[in-house]
Amino acid sequence: MTEAALYAAQRVTAMILAPLVLIHLGLILYAVSDGLTADEILSRTRGNMAWAAFYGLFVLSAAVHAPLGLRNILREWLGLRGRMVDCVLVLFAALLAGLGLRAVLAVI
Amino acid sequence: METGTAPQPDSTEPDRTKPDVPLGDYLTVRVSRGKGPENRYEEFQVPRRENQTVLDIVTWIQRNADPALSYRFACRVGVCGSCAMTVNGKPRWTCRTHVSKVIGKERSLTIEPLRNLPRIKDLAADMSAFFEKWQQAGGRFAGKTDRTGPLARIDPESPGRKAVDAGIECINCAVCYSACDVVTWDEDYLGPAALNRAWTLVNDERHAEKRETMKKVSAAGGCHSCHSHGSCVEHCPIGLNPTAGIAGLKRRSVLQTFRLSGEK
Repeated sequence: MTEAALYAAQRVTAMILAPLVLIHLGLILYAVSDGLTADEILSRTRGNMAWAAFYGLFVLSAAVHAPLGLRNILREWLGLRGRMVDCVLVLFAALLAGLGLRAVLAVI
Repeated sequence: METGTAPQPDSTEPDRTKPDVPLGDYLTVRVSRGKGPENRYEEFQVPRRENQTVLDIVTWIQRNADPALSYRFACRVGVCGSCAMTVNGKPRWTCRTHVSKVIGKERSLTIEPLRNLPRIKDLAADMSAFFEKWQQAGGRFAGKTDRTGPLARIDPESPGRKAVDAGIECINCAVCYSACDVVTWDEDYLGPAALNRAWTLVNDERHAEKRETMKKVSAAGGCHSCHSHGSCVEHCPIGLNPTAGIAGLKRRSVLQTFRLSGEK
């Protein structure tokens, strides 16, 4: 991908994430009444396809956004760049997407 | 976008109708000395005058205290862009920076070479990388015709020409390059001046290689590396706004990448 496409991907996912993060924080306040546990949250969200779609979009956006930000930090603060760094960051994106989508599947 | 203006003198510029008289006191000036990476500070006591620029101070030291002091200047009137140095921690054009504006309450002056460029000796920085990046950014004008062709008719009120006018008065002093933190962090970053130059070219109807210029500024280290800190705007002695030009390059680059722009 070109630098311009990566730049656009990071900005677009930031725009998507901004409202989603606010709703996510609101959901935590609503859903958690007795400690932050997966069981507690899933008991109130399981089977709700709207929440599954919401968190599916959330996870995919975060999986694109975070590695791109990390790429800039590695480049500017540690001087790390090149294809090897990009490959590691693609794996990091896949890890974020995998862990997040696993949690989304539990909602369905 | 701000409109480019003619060089503005310091607001504290003294009344030129009065004779430039010595004030009878002295100023303690710390000057960064050394070759290449070495750095030490030497202090000089320089006579204060009522109408005195930082370049006057450096010139006094070189002519009266230490002839071996190296620095760079040419026009002394804010046109050539060769006398920029770091003055009390900020990059400035020294020929049009009055001492009274920068000495503060401590009445002290510390003069160093420009940041983000390697030192040659004392206050003279090696500008090679700065100018090479102008070329890397596609900053060379390519005409669509030769000198025998008809003159291009450009509407001065067209958006493109207005964008060019806003950025074209750059004097290549490298003050913005020195002020930019992204240049410090990323050695590949082209810097505000080179990108500002590219922005004026891609808005110039007469430039034949807009696509090549856009390709160069959209590569790694190009316009997308800018964090929009605005240090270049803050320090540009001419009052240009490279951040706005870089934002324009980002916008155009993204639109062209996704083929949302009809521009060529």
